[in-house]
Amino acid sequence: MSISLDEVRHVANLARLQLSETELLSFQGQLNSLLGHFEDIQNLDVSGVAPKPHAVAMQNVFARDIAHQPLPREEALRNSADTKAGLFIVPTIIEE
Amino acid sequence: MPEYVVSVGMEVHAELMTESKMFCRCPVGFGGMPNTRTCPICLGLPGTLPVPNEAAVEMVIKTALALNCTVPTDSVFHRKNYYYPDLPKGFQVSQYGETNPIGYNGFLEIPAADGGTKRIKIRRVHLEEDTGKLMHLPGGGSGVDYNRAGVPLMEIVTDFPPDIESPDEAKEYMSQLRAILIYLGVCDGKLEQGSMRCEPNISVRLKGSETYGTKTELKNLNSFKSVQLGIEYELKRQSEVLEAGGTITQETRGWNEQTLSSYLMRVKESEADYRYFVCPDLIPMNFSEEKIEAIRATLPELPLAKLLRFENDFGLSNYDAGVLVSEQYWADYFEKCVELGADPKQACNWMNGDFARMLNEAGQVGLVDGEGIEDKPASQIRPQHLVELIGMIESGAITGKIAKSVFETCFATGKLPSTVVEEEGLTVISDTSAIDALVAEVIAGNPGQVLQYREGKESLIGFFVGQVMRKSEGRADPQSVQAALRDALK
Repeated sequence: MSISLDEVRHVANLARLQLSETELLSFQGQLNSLLGHFEDIQNLDVSGVAPKPHAVAMQNVFARDIAHQPLPREEALRNSADTKAGLFIVPTIIEE
Repeated sequence: MPEYVVSVGMEVHAELMTESKMFCRCPVGFGGMPNTRTCPICLGLPGTLPVPNEAAVEMVIKTALALNCTVPTDSVFHRKNYYYPDLPKGFQVSQYGETNPIGYNGFLEIPAADGGTKRIKIRRVHLEEDTGKLMHLPGGGSGVDYNRAGVPLMEIVTDFPPDIESPDEAKEYMSQLRAILIYLGVCDGKLEQGSMRCEPNISVRLKGSETYGTKTELKNLNSFKSVQLGIEYELKRQSEVLEAGGTITQETRGWNEQTLSSYLMRVKESEADYRYFVCPDLIPMNFSEEKIEAIRATLPELPLAKLLRFENDFGLSNYDAGVLVSEQYWADYFEKCVELGADPKQACNWMNGDFARMLNEAGQVGLVDGEGIEDKPASQIRPQHLVELIGMIESGAITGKIAKSVFETCFATGKLPSTVVEEEGLTVISDTSAIDALVAEVIAGNPGQVLQYREGKESLIGFFVGQVMRKSEGRADPQSVQAALRDALK
Protein backbone atom coordinates (compact mmCIF):
# COMPACT_ATOMS: atom_id res chain seq x y z
CA MET A 1 0.00 0.00 0.00
CA SER A 2 1.54 3.27 -1.09
CA ILE A 3 0.39 6.65 -2.24
CA SER A 4 1.32 8.08 -5.65
CA LEU A 5 2.49 11.62 -6.27
CA ASP A 6 -0.77 12.33 -8.10
CA GLU A 7 -2.79 11.20 -5.11
CA VAL A 8 -0.79 13.51 -2.86
CA ARG A 9 -1.48 16.34 -5.31
CA HIS A 10 -5.21 15.51 -5.31
CA VAL A 11 -5.45 15.42 -1.51
CA ALA A 12 -3.52 18.70 -1.27
CA ASN A 13 -5.94 20.24 -3.74
CA LEU A 14 -8.95 19.04 -1.67
CA ALA A 15 -7.38 20.80 1.33
CA ARG A 16 -6.80 23.89 -0.83
CA LEU A 17 -3.04 23.62 -0.26
CA GLN A 18 -0.56 24.78 -2.89
CA LEU A 19 2.53 22.62 -2.57
CA SER A 20 5.79 22.83 -4.48
CA GLU A 21 7.19 19.71 -6.17
CA THR A 22 9.74 19.39 -3.33
CA GLU A 23 6.95 19.59 -0.73
CA LEU A 24 4.84 17.06 -2.62
CA LEU A 25 7.74 14.59 -2.61
CA SER A 26 8.39 15.22 1.05
CA PHE A 27 4.73 14.64 2.00
CA GLN A 28 4.56 11.56 -0.19
CA GLY A 29 7.42 10.07 1.83
CA GLN A 30 5.76 10.98 5.14
CA LEU A 31 2.34 9.68 4.11
CA ASN A 32 3.83 6.43 2.86
CA SER A 33 5.60 5.96 6.15
CA LEU A 34 2.24 6.47 7.93
CA LEU A 35 0.55 4.00 5.62
CA GLY A 36 3.31 1.55 6.53
CA HIS A 37 2.15 1.69 10.15
CA PHE A 38 -1.40 0.93 9.09
CA GLU A 39 -0.10 -2.02 7.12
CA ASP A 40 1.43 -3.35 10.33
CA ILE A 41 -1.94 -2.97 12.05
CA GLN A 42 -3.72 -4.71 9.20
CA ASN A 43 -1.41 -7.69 9.61
CA LEU A 44 -2.64 -8.25 13.17
CA ASP A 45 -5.00 -11.15 13.75
CA VAL A 46 -8.24 -9.56 14.92
CA SER A 47 -10.54 -12.51 14.29
CA GLY A 48 -12.87 -12.76 17.26
CA VAL A 49 -12.59 -9.06 18.06
CA ALA A 50 -15.93 -7.31 17.58
CA PRO A 51 -15.80 -4.10 15.49
CA LYS A 52 -16.29 -0.90 17.49
CA PRO A 53 -17.98 2.17 16.10
CA HIS A 54 -15.87 4.51 18.22
CA ALA A 55 -12.67 4.59 20.24
CA VAL A 56 -14.39 5.88 23.40
CA ALA A 57 -16.47 3.32 25.30
CA MET A 58 -19.30 5.67 26.23
CA GLN A 59 -22.84 6.27 24.97
CA ASN A 60 -25.41 9.06 24.85
CA VAL A 61 -23.63 12.17 25.97
CA PHE A 62 -26.08 14.98 25.25
CA ALA A 63 -26.68 18.57 26.27
CA ARG A 64 -30.06 20.06 27.15
CA ASP A 65 -31.44 22.50 24.62
CA ILE A 66 -30.93 25.72 26.56
CA ALA A 67 -29.38 28.72 24.79
CA HIS A 68 -26.47 30.46 26.46
CA GLN A 69 -24.92 33.86 25.89
CA PRO A 70 -22.83 33.76 22.69
CA LEU A 71 -19.46 35.50 22.26
CA PRO A 72 -19.47 39.28 21.90
CA ARG A 73 -18.93 39.98 18.21
CA GLU A 74 -15.61 41.77 18.71
CA GLU A 75 -14.33 38.66 20.47
CA ALA A 76 -15.57 36.37 17.69
CA LEU A 77 -13.88 38.47 15.02
CA ARG A 78 -10.70 39.16 16.97
CA ASN A 79 -8.47 36.53 15.33
CA SER A 80 -9.64 37.24 11.80
CA ALA A 81 -7.09 38.60 9.32
CA ASP A 82 -9.70 40.93 7.85
CA THR A 83 -13.21 42.05 8.87
CA LYS A 84 -15.78 44.46 7.53
CA ALA A 85 -19.26 45.36 8.79
CA GLY A 86 -19.15 42.58 11.34
CA LEU A 87 -18.24 39.95 8.73
CA PHE A 88 -15.17 37.74 8.40
CA ILE A 89 -13.56 38.70 5.10
CA VAL A 90 -12.12 35.98 2.86
CA PRO A 91 -10.82 36.06 -0.73
CA THR A 92 -13.58 36.18 -3.35
CA ILE A 93 -15.28 32.84 -3.84
CA ILE A 94 -16.32 32.19 -7.41
CA GLU A 95 -19.74 30.56 -7.59
CA GLU A 96 -21.52 32.61 -10.23
CA MET B 1 -39.26 14.97 -30.64
CA PRO B 2 -39.78 11.57 -28.95
CA GLU B 3 -41.24 11.68 -25.45
CA TYR B 4 -38.87 11.91 -22.50
CA VAL B 5 -39.92 11.15 -18.93
CA VAL B 6 -38.46 12.70 -15.82
CA SER B 7 -37.33 11.00 -12.57
CA VAL B 8 -36.79 13.05 -9.46
CA GLY B 9 -34.96 12.24 -6.24
CA MET B 10 -35.51 14.78 -3.50
CA GLU B 11 -33.01 16.00 -0.93
CA VAL B 12 -34.70 18.22 1.62
CA HIS B 13 -32.88 20.11 4.35
CA ALA B 14 -34.93 21.32 7.30
CA GLU B 15 -33.60 23.55 10.08
CA LEU B 16 -34.86 22.23 13.41
CA MET B 17 -36.77 24.52 15.76
CA THR B 18 -34.46 24.17 18.73
CA GLU B 19 -33.48 26.97 21.11
CA SER B 20 -29.75 26.31 20.73
CA LYS B 21 -27.38 25.04 18.04
CA MET B 22 -26.51 21.40 17.34
CA PHE B 23 -23.18 21.10 19.15
CA CYS B 24 -22.95 24.29 21.20
CA ARG B 25 -25.46 26.37 23.13
CA CYS B 26 -25.46 29.45 20.93
CA PRO B 27 -29.02 30.64 20.33
CA VAL B 28 -30.77 29.81 17.04
CA GLY B 29 -32.58 32.61 15.20
CA PHE B 30 -33.29 34.22 11.84
CA GLY B 31 -31.75 37.52 10.77
CA GLY B 32 -30.05 39.79 13.29
CA MET B 33 -26.60 41.35 13.07
CA PRO B 34 -23.96 39.06 11.52
CA ASN B 35 -21.71 37.02 13.80
CA THR B 36 -23.65 37.77 16.97
CA ARG B 37 -24.62 34.12 17.59
CA THR B 38 -21.26 32.35 17.64
CA CYS B 39 -18.88 30.80 20.15
CA PRO B 40 -15.54 28.96 20.02
CA ILE B 41 -17.33 25.65 19.23
CA CYS B 42 -19.35 26.77 16.18
CA LEU B 43 -16.41 28.90 14.99
CA GLY B 44 -14.32 25.73 14.96
CA LEU B 45 -11.61 27.10 17.24
CA PRO B 46 -9.01 24.58 18.45
CA GLY B 47 -9.44 22.87 21.80
CA THR B 48 -13.24 22.94 21.91
CA LEU B 49 -15.49 19.95 22.53
CA PRO B 50 -18.90 19.75 20.83
CA VAL B 51 -21.86 18.11 22.66
CA PRO B 52 -24.99 17.13 20.68
CA ASN B 53 -28.32 18.79 21.40
CA GLU B 54 -30.66 16.12 22.76
CA ALA B 55 -33.82 17.94 21.61
CA ALA B 56 -32.53 17.94 18.02
CA VAL B 57 -31.87 14.20 18.15
CA GLU B 58 -35.40 13.59 19.46
CA MET B 59 -36.91 15.76 16.72
CA VAL B 60 -35.17 13.66 14.07
CA ILE B 61 -36.36 10.42 15.70
CA LYS B 62 -39.89 11.85 15.72
CA THR B 63 -39.67 12.78 12.03
CA ALA B 64 -38.18 9.40 11.15
CA LEU B 65 -41.10 7.64 12.87
CA ALA B 66 -43.67 9.90 11.16
CA LEU B 67 -42.05 8.99 7.83
CA ASN B 68 -42.36 5.26 8.64
CA CYS B 69 -38.60 4.80 8.93
CA THR B 70 -36.61 2.24 10.85
CA VAL B 71 -34.78 3.87 13.76
CA PRO B 72 -31.54 1.97 14.47
CA THR B 73 -30.40 1.03 17.96
CA ASP B 74 -27.00 2.58 17.33
CA SER B 75 -26.11 5.70 15.42
CA VAL B 76 -22.95 7.83 15.15
CA PHE B 77 -21.90 11.17 13.69
CA HIS B 78 -19.33 11.43 10.89
CA ARG B 79 -17.19 14.20 9.53
CA LYS B 80 -17.71 15.20 5.93
CA ASN B 81 -14.52 16.97 4.91
CA TYR B 82 -14.40 19.83 2.45
CA TYR B 83 -12.95 23.31 2.39
CA TYR B 84 -15.23 26.24 1.89
CA PRO B 85 -15.32 29.51 3.86
CA ASP B 86 -18.90 28.98 5.07
CA LEU B 87 -17.68 25.87 6.92
CA PRO B 88 -15.47 27.09 9.75
CA LYS B 89 -14.14 23.69 10.87
CA GLY B 90 -13.16 22.38 7.43
CA PHE B 91 -15.72 19.60 7.90
CA GLN B 92 -19.45 19.31 8.40
CA VAL B 93 -20.70 16.94 11.07
CA SER B 94 -23.20 14.64 9.37
CA GLN B 95 -24.24 10.99 9.34
CA TYR B 96 -22.89 8.53 6.81
CA GLY B 97 -23.84 4.95 5.93
CA GLU B 98 -27.04 3.17 4.97
CA THR B 99 -28.28 1.97 8.36
CA ASN B 100 -26.50 4.48 10.58
CA PRO B 101 -28.76 7.54 10.08
CA ILE B 102 -31.40 8.16 12.77
CA GLY B 103 -34.04 7.05 10.25
CA TYR B 104 -33.84 4.90 7.13
CA ASN B 105 -36.04 2.88 4.82
CA GLY B 106 -39.35 4.73 5.21
CA PHE B 107 -42.03 6.28 3.03
CA LEU B 108 -44.39 9.21 2.69
CA GLU B 109 -47.76 9.14 0.95
CA ILE B 110 -48.93 11.84 -1.40
CA PRO B 111 -52.39 12.23 -2.94
CA ALA B 112 -52.35 10.60 -6.38
CA ALA B 113 -54.02 11.91 -9.53
CA ASP B 114 -56.58 9.05 -9.43
CA GLY B 115 -57.87 10.12 -6.00
CA GLY B 116 -55.91 7.48 -4.07
CA THR B 117 -52.44 7.85 -2.60
CA LYS B 118 -48.97 7.21 -3.97
CA ARG B 119 -46.10 6.01 -1.82
CA ILE B 120 -42.77 7.84 -2.08
CA LYS B 121 -39.96 5.77 -0.55
CA ILE B 122 -37.58 7.53 1.86
CA ARG B 123 -33.98 6.32 1.96
CA ARG B 124 -32.71 8.25 4.98
CA VAL B 125 -33.43 10.92 7.57
CA HIS B 126 -30.23 12.12 9.18
CA LEU B 127 -28.96 14.85 11.44
CA GLU B 128 -26.20 17.30 10.56
CA GLU B 129 -25.28 20.96 11.05
CA ASP B 130 -25.95 23.96 8.85
CA THR B 131 -23.20 26.10 7.31
CA GLY B 132 -22.63 29.85 7.63
CA LYS B 133 -23.69 32.36 5.01
CA LEU B 134 -21.38 33.86 2.41
CA MET B 135 -22.02 37.19 0.76
CA HIS B 136 -20.07 38.68 -2.08
CA LEU B 137 -18.95 42.19 -1.39
CA PRO B 138 -18.83 44.99 -3.95
CA GLY B 139 -15.19 45.74 -4.69
CA GLY B 140 -13.99 42.18 -4.10
CA GLY B 141 -13.72 39.74 -1.23
CA SER B 142 -16.47 37.71 0.39
CA GLY B 143 -17.98 38.29 3.82
CA VAL B 144 -18.90 35.40 6.10
CA ASP B 145 -21.61 35.34 8.76
CA TYR B 146 -21.47 32.31 11.07
CA ASN B 147 -24.79 32.89 12.87
CA ARG B 148 -26.26 29.92 10.99
CA ALA B 149 -23.15 27.73 11.30
CA GLY B 150 -23.96 24.78 13.53
CA VAL B 151 -27.76 25.17 13.49
CA PRO B 152 -29.32 21.66 13.67
CA LEU B 153 -30.18 20.54 10.17
CA MET B 154 -32.17 17.47 9.23
CA GLU B 155 -31.73 15.94 5.78
CA ILE B 156 -34.47 13.81 4.26
CA VAL B 157 -33.61 11.90 1.09
CA THR B 158 -35.90 9.85 -1.13
CA ASP B 159 -34.91 6.38 -2.28
CA PHE B 160 -33.52 5.15 -5.59
CA PRO B 161 -34.98 4.27 -8.07
CA PRO B 162 -37.01 7.47 -7.75
CA ASP B 163 -40.78 7.28 -7.17
CA ILE B 164 -41.38 10.90 -8.17
CA GLU B 165 -42.17 11.01 -11.87
CA SER B 166 -43.47 14.51 -12.56
CA PRO B 167 -43.03 18.14 -11.50
CA ASP B 168 -46.50 17.97 -9.89
CA GLU B 169 -45.58 14.96 -7.77
CA ALA B 170 -42.40 16.74 -6.66
CA LYS B 171 -44.44 19.74 -5.57
CA GLU B 172 -46.96 17.50 -3.80
CA TYR B 173 -44.14 15.65 -2.02
CA MET B 174 -42.70 18.96 -0.79
CA SER B 175 -46.08 20.20 0.30
CA GLN B 176 -46.92 17.00 2.24
CA LEU B 177 -43.47 16.88 3.81
CA ARG B 178 -43.68 20.54 4.84
CA ALA B 179 -47.10 20.01 6.42
CA ILE B 180 -45.80 16.96 8.33
CA LEU B 181 -42.76 18.84 9.66
CA ILE B 182 -44.98 21.70 10.81
CA TYR B 183 -47.48 19.30 12.43
CA LEU B 184 -44.58 17.62 14.23
CA GLY B 185 -43.35 21.03 15.41
CA VAL B 186 -39.80 20.28 14.24
CA CYS B 187 -39.41 22.89 11.46
CA ASP B 188 -41.28 26.09 10.59
CA GLY B 189 -41.23 25.16 6.88
CA LYS B 190 -40.37 28.65 5.62
CA LEU B 191 -38.98 28.03 2.13
CA GLU B 192 -38.55 31.74 1.48
CA GLN B 193 -36.35 32.14 4.58
CA GLY B 194 -34.40 28.99 3.78
CA SER B 195 -35.40 27.10 6.91
CA MET B 196 -36.63 24.37 4.55
CA ARG B 197 -34.60 23.86 1.38
CA CYS B 198 -35.11 21.42 -1.42
CA GLU B 199 -32.60 20.10 -3.92
CA PRO B 200 -34.12 17.80 -6.51
CA ASN B 201 -31.90 15.39 -8.45
CA ILE B 202 -33.36 15.35 -11.91
CA SER B 203 -32.79 12.93 -14.77
CA VAL B 204 -34.65 12.15 -17.97
CA ARG B 205 -34.90 9.10 -20.17
CA LEU B 206 -36.81 8.09 -23.27
CA LYS B 207 -40.29 6.88 -22.43
CA GLY B 208 -40.19 3.10 -22.15
CA SER B 209 -36.45 2.97 -21.43
CA GLU B 210 -35.34 1.04 -18.34
CA THR B 211 -32.07 2.90 -17.78
CA TYR B 212 -32.04 6.09 -15.77
CA GLY B 213 -30.22 9.06 -17.24
CA THR B 214 -27.43 11.11 -15.64
CA LYS B 215 -28.84 13.40 -12.96
CA THR B 216 -28.29 17.06 -12.25
CA GLU B 217 -28.90 18.62 -8.86
CA LEU B 218 -30.89 21.85 -8.73
CA LYS B 219 -30.41 24.46 -5.98
CA ASN B 220 -31.89 27.84 -4.99
CA LEU B 221 -35.53 26.76 -5.24
CA ASN B 222 -37.28 28.86 -2.63
CA SER B 223 -40.96 28.27 -3.31
CA PHE B 224 -43.24 25.38 -4.31
CA LYS B 225 -43.72 27.11 -7.64
CA SER B 226 -39.95 27.19 -8.24
CA VAL B 227 -39.68 23.47 -7.47
CA GLN B 228 -42.25 22.75 -10.14
CA LEU B 229 -40.89 25.22 -12.72
CA GLY B 230 -37.29 24.16 -12.10
CA ILE B 231 -38.06 20.50 -12.74
CA GLU B 232 -40.12 21.35 -15.83
CA TYR B 233 -37.20 23.42 -17.12
CA GLU B 234 -34.65 20.62 -16.54
CA LEU B 235 -36.92 18.07 -18.24
CA LYS B 236 -37.01 20.29 -21.31
CA ARG B 237 -33.32 21.26 -21.20
CA GLN B 238 -32.02 17.71 -20.73
CA SER B 239 -34.36 16.28 -23.39
CA GLU B 240 -33.13 18.87 -25.88
CA VAL B 241 -29.46 18.19 -25.08
CA LEU B 242 -29.98 14.44 -25.56
CA GLU B 243 -32.07 14.91 -28.68
CA ALA B 244 -29.28 17.04 -30.19
CA GLY B 245 -26.88 14.13 -29.60
CA GLY B 246 -25.27 15.66 -26.50
CA THR B 247 -24.66 14.15 -23.06
CA ILE B 248 -25.74 15.26 -19.57
CA THR B 249 -22.97 15.98 -17.07
CA GLN B 250 -23.43 15.21 -13.38
CA GLU B 251 -23.38 18.75 -12.01
CA THR B 252 -25.00 21.13 -9.59
CA ARG B 253 -27.11 23.82 -11.22
CA GLY B 254 -28.71 26.91 -9.76
CA TRP B 255 -32.23 28.15 -10.40
CA ASN B 256 -32.61 31.75 -11.48
CA GLU B 257 -35.96 33.11 -10.32
CA GLN B 258 -35.82 36.08 -12.71
CA THR B 259 -34.97 34.33 -15.98
CA LEU B 260 -36.79 31.09 -15.00
CA SER B 261 -33.81 29.04 -16.13
CA SER B 262 -31.01 27.01 -14.56
CA TYR B 263 -27.28 27.68 -14.79
CA LEU B 264 -24.15 25.62 -14.04
CA MET B 265 -22.85 26.10 -10.49
CA ARG B 266 -20.22 23.39 -10.14
CA VAL B 267 -19.30 19.89 -11.19
CA LYS B 268 -19.88 17.59 -8.23
CA GLU B 269 -17.03 16.30 -6.08
CA SER B 270 -17.05 12.55 -5.87
CA GLU B 271 -18.15 11.00 -2.58
CA ALA B 272 -14.67 9.61 -1.84
CA ASP B 273 -13.33 13.17 -1.88
CA TYR B 274 -15.37 13.93 1.23
CA ARG B 275 -13.31 11.37 3.18
CA TYR B 276 -16.07 10.59 5.67
CA PHE B 277 -14.99 9.16 9.00
CA VAL B 278 -16.53 8.75 12.45
CA CYS B 279 -16.21 12.00 14.41
CA PRO B 280 -13.92 11.21 17.33
CA ASP B 281 -15.26 14.16 19.36
CA LEU B 282 -18.84 12.92 19.44
CA ILE B 283 -19.91 9.96 21.54
CA PRO B 284 -22.02 7.23 19.85
CA MET B 285 -25.77 7.31 20.40
CA ASN B 286 -27.86 4.36 21.51
CA PHE B 287 -31.65 4.50 21.31
CA SER B 288 -33.54 2.16 23.61
CA GLU B 289 -36.85 0.71 22.51
CA GLU B 290 -38.55 2.55 25.40
CA LYS B 291 -37.18 5.86 24.18
CA ILE B 292 -38.28 5.25 20.60
CA GLU B 293 -41.76 4.13 21.73
CA ALA B 294 -42.09 7.12 24.06
CA ILE B 295 -41.40 9.42 21.12
CA ARG B 296 -43.77 7.45 18.87
CA ALA B 297 -46.51 8.03 21.42
CA THR B 298 -46.20 11.80 20.90
CA LEU B 299 -46.88 11.63 17.12
CA PRO B 300 -49.95 13.65 16.13
CA GLU B 301 -52.42 12.64 13.43
CA LEU B 302 -50.65 13.62 10.20
CA PRO B 303 -52.14 15.99 7.62
CA LEU B 304 -53.05 13.49 4.90
CA ALA B 305 -54.74 11.13 7.38
CA LYS B 306 -56.65 14.07 8.81
CA LEU B 307 -57.74 15.21 5.35
CA LEU B 308 -59.10 11.77 4.46
CA ARG B 309 -60.92 11.59 7.80
CA PHE B 310 -62.51 15.02 7.26
CA GLU B 311 -63.69 13.90 3.82
CA ASN B 312 -65.10 10.61 5.08
CA ASP B 313 -66.54 11.59 8.45
CA PHE B 314 -67.90 15.01 7.62
CA GLY B 315 -68.61 14.72 3.89
CA LEU B 316 -66.37 17.67 3.07
CA SER B 317 -64.94 18.16 -0.41
CA ASN B 318 -61.27 17.40 -1.00
CA TYR B 319 -60.63 21.11 -1.48
CA ASP B 320 -62.39 22.19 1.72
CA ALA B 321 -60.74 19.47 3.80
CA GLY B 322 -57.39 20.43 2.26
CA VAL B 323 -57.78 24.06 3.32
CA LEU B 324 -58.79 22.99 6.85
CA VAL B 325 -55.78 20.71 7.36
CA SER B 326 -53.28 23.08 5.74
CA GLU B 327 -52.47 24.46 9.19
CA GLN B 328 -52.80 22.37 12.31
CA TYR B 329 -54.34 25.18 14.35
CA TRP B 330 -57.01 25.65 11.68
CA ALA B 331 -57.86 21.92 11.67
CA ASP B 332 -58.00 21.97 15.49
CA TYR B 333 -60.31 24.98 15.38
CA PHE B 334 -62.65 23.17 13.02
CA GLU B 335 -62.72 20.04 15.18
CA LYS B 336 -63.46 22.11 18.25
CA CYS B 337 -66.46 23.68 16.48
CA VAL B 338 -67.76 20.23 15.52
CA GLU B 339 -67.14 18.93 19.03
CA LEU B 340 -69.18 21.83 20.42
CA GLY B 341 -72.06 20.82 18.17
CA ALA B 342 -71.72 22.84 14.95
CA ASP B 343 -72.83 21.29 11.68
CA PRO B 344 -69.46 20.34 10.03
CA LYS B 345 -70.32 21.69 6.60
CA GLN B 346 -71.59 24.98 7.98
CA ALA B 347 -68.56 25.34 10.25
CA CYS B 348 -66.26 24.63 7.29
CA ASN B 349 -68.06 27.17 5.07
CA TRP B 350 -67.88 29.92 7.68
CA MET B 351 -64.25 29.16 8.50
CA ASN B 352 -62.86 28.88 4.98
CA GLY B 353 -65.08 31.73 3.77
CA ASP B 354 -65.89 34.84 5.81
CA PHE B 355 -63.75 34.00 8.83
CA ALA B 356 -60.59 33.28 6.81
CA ARG B 357 -61.06 36.48 4.81
CA MET B 358 -61.53 38.60 7.92
CA LEU B 359 -58.52 37.04 9.66
CA ASN B 360 -56.45 37.73 6.60
CA GLU B 361 -57.52 41.35 6.42
CA ALA B 362 -56.89 41.85 10.14
CA GLY B 363 -53.56 39.99 10.14
CA GLN B 364 -54.84 37.66 12.85
CA VAL B 365 -55.13 33.91 13.33
CA GLY B 366 -58.04 31.84 14.58
CA LEU B 367 -57.04 29.75 17.57
CA VAL B 368 -58.94 27.52 19.96
CA ASP B 369 -57.14 28.84 23.02
CA GLY B 370 -56.47 32.37 21.80
CA GLU B 371 -52.73 32.41 22.49
CA GLY B 372 -51.52 33.82 19.17
CA ILE B 373 -48.64 32.46 17.10
CA GLU B 374 -45.40 34.13 16.08
CA ASP B 375 -46.13 37.78 15.40
CA LYS B 376 -49.84 37.25 14.68
CA PRO B 377 -52.36 37.95 17.45
CA ALA B 378 -55.24 35.57 17.96
CA SER B 379 -58.70 36.63 16.82
CA GLN B 380 -61.30 37.21 19.53
CA ILE B 381 -63.55 34.75 17.71
CA ARG B 382 -63.48 31.42 19.53
CA PRO B 383 -65.13 28.21 18.33
CA GLN B 384 -68.03 29.02 20.72
CA HIS B 385 -68.81 32.13 18.67
CA LEU B 386 -69.09 30.18 15.42
CA VAL B 387 -71.04 27.36 17.02
CA GLU B 388 -73.56 29.78 18.50
CA LEU B 389 -73.88 31.72 15.25
CA ILE B 390 -74.48 28.58 13.18
CA GLY B 391 -76.98 27.35 15.77
CA MET B 392 -78.93 30.62 15.59
CA ILE B 393 -79.19 30.38 11.79
CA GLU B 394 -80.29 26.75 11.96
CA SER B 395 -82.97 27.44 14.56
CA GLY B 396 -84.25 30.33 12.47
CA ALA B 397 -83.47 32.90 15.16
CA ILE B 398 -81.57 35.06 12.67
CA THR B 399 -81.38 35.11 8.89
CA GLY B 400 -78.22 34.24 6.96
CA LYS B 401 -77.92 37.84 5.89
CA ILE B 402 -78.12 39.16 9.45
CA ALA B 403 -75.66 36.46 10.52
CA LYS B 404 -72.96 38.00 8.35
CA SER B 405 -73.30 41.41 9.94
CA VAL B 406 -73.57 39.87 13.43
CA PHE B 407 -70.32 38.02 12.71
CA GLU B 408 -68.61 41.27 11.63
CA THR B 409 -69.60 42.82 14.97
CA CYS B 410 -68.45 39.76 16.94
CA PHE B 411 -65.15 39.85 15.07
CA ALA B 412 -64.57 43.48 15.96
CA THR B 413 -65.81 43.36 19.55
CA GLY B 414 -65.36 39.78 20.70
CA LYS B 415 -68.99 39.71 21.88
CA LEU B 416 -70.97 36.49 21.52
CA PRO B 417 -73.48 36.40 18.64
CA SER B 418 -76.42 36.08 21.05
CA THR B 419 -75.30 39.26 22.83
CA VAL B 420 -74.97 41.19 19.57
CA VAL B 421 -78.39 40.02 18.36
CA GLU B 422 -80.01 40.99 21.62
CA GLU B 423 -78.29 44.37 21.91
CA GLU B 424 -79.08 45.34 18.35
CA GLY B 425 -82.52 43.73 18.21
CA LEU B 426 -81.67 41.64 15.19
CA THR B 427 -83.82 38.60 15.84
CA VAL B 428 -86.03 37.32 13.05
CA ILE B 429 -89.43 39.01 13.04
CA SER B 430 -91.65 35.99 13.52
CA ASP B 431 -94.67 37.94 14.72
CA THR B 432 -97.10 37.61 11.76
CA SER B 433 -98.92 40.82 12.58
CA ALA B 434 -95.61 42.73 12.35
CA ILE B 435 -94.95 41.18 8.94
CA ASP B 436 -98.52 41.87 7.83
CA ALA B 437 -98.09 45.51 8.79
CA LEU B 438 -94.93 45.81 6.67
CA VAL B 439 -96.66 44.04 3.78
CA ALA B 440 -99.57 46.47 3.98
CA GLU B 441 -97.16 49.42 3.92
CA VAL B 442 -95.39 48.12 0.82
CA ILE B 443 -98.66 47.44 -1.02
CA ALA B 444 -99.94 50.91 -0.19
CA GLY B 445 -96.70 52.51 -1.36
CA ASN B 446 -96.55 50.77 -4.77
CA PRO B 447 -100.01 50.92 -6.40
CA GLY B 448 -98.60 50.63 -9.95
CA GLN B 449 -96.73 47.39 -9.30
CA VAL B 450 -99.73 46.01 -7.38
CA LEU B 451 -101.92 46.58 -10.44
CA GLN B 452 -99.41 44.92 -12.77
CA TYR B 453 -99.11 41.94 -10.41
CA ARG B 454 -102.87 41.53 -10.23
CA GLU B 455 -102.99 41.68 -14.04
CA GLY B 456 -100.74 38.60 -14.14
CA LYS B 457 -97.14 39.79 -13.87
CA GLU B 458 -96.35 37.38 -11.02
CA SER B 459 -92.58 37.79 -11.32
CA LEU B 460 -93.05 41.06 -9.43
CA ILE B 461 -93.30 39.02 -6.21
CA GLY B 462 -89.49 39.25 -5.92
CA PHE B 463 -89.72 43.05 -5.98
CA PHE B 464 -92.29 43.07 -3.16
CA VAL B 465 -90.26 40.62 -1.03
CA GLY B 466 -87.22 42.85 -1.49
CA GLN B 467 -89.16 45.93 -0.38
CA VAL B 468 -90.49 44.22 2.75
CA MET B 469 -87.05 42.80 3.61
CA ARG B 470 -85.56 46.28 3.32
CA LYS B 471 -88.21 47.74 5.61
CA SER B 472 -87.49 44.94 8.13
CA GLU B 473 -83.75 45.64 7.87
CA GLY B 474 -83.16 42.04 6.91
CA ARG B 475 -84.83 40.66 10.00
CA ALA B 476 -87.95 39.22 8.43
CA ASP B 477 -87.92 35.62 7.32
CA PRO B 478 -88.13 35.82 3.49
CA GLN B 479 -90.42 32.77 3.21
CA SER B 480 -92.99 34.12 5.68
CA VAL B 481 -92.85 37.46 3.87
CA GLN B 482 -93.56 35.84 0.54
CA ALA B 483 -96.51 33.87 1.92
CA ALA B 484 -97.97 37.01 3.54
CA LEU B 485 -97.53 38.97 0.28
CA ARG B 486 -99.23 36.33 -1.86
CA ASP B 487 -102.15 36.36 0.57
CA ALA B 488 -102.43 40.13 0.61
CA LEU B 489 -102.13 40.50 -3.18
CA LYS B 490 -104.86 37.96 -4.04
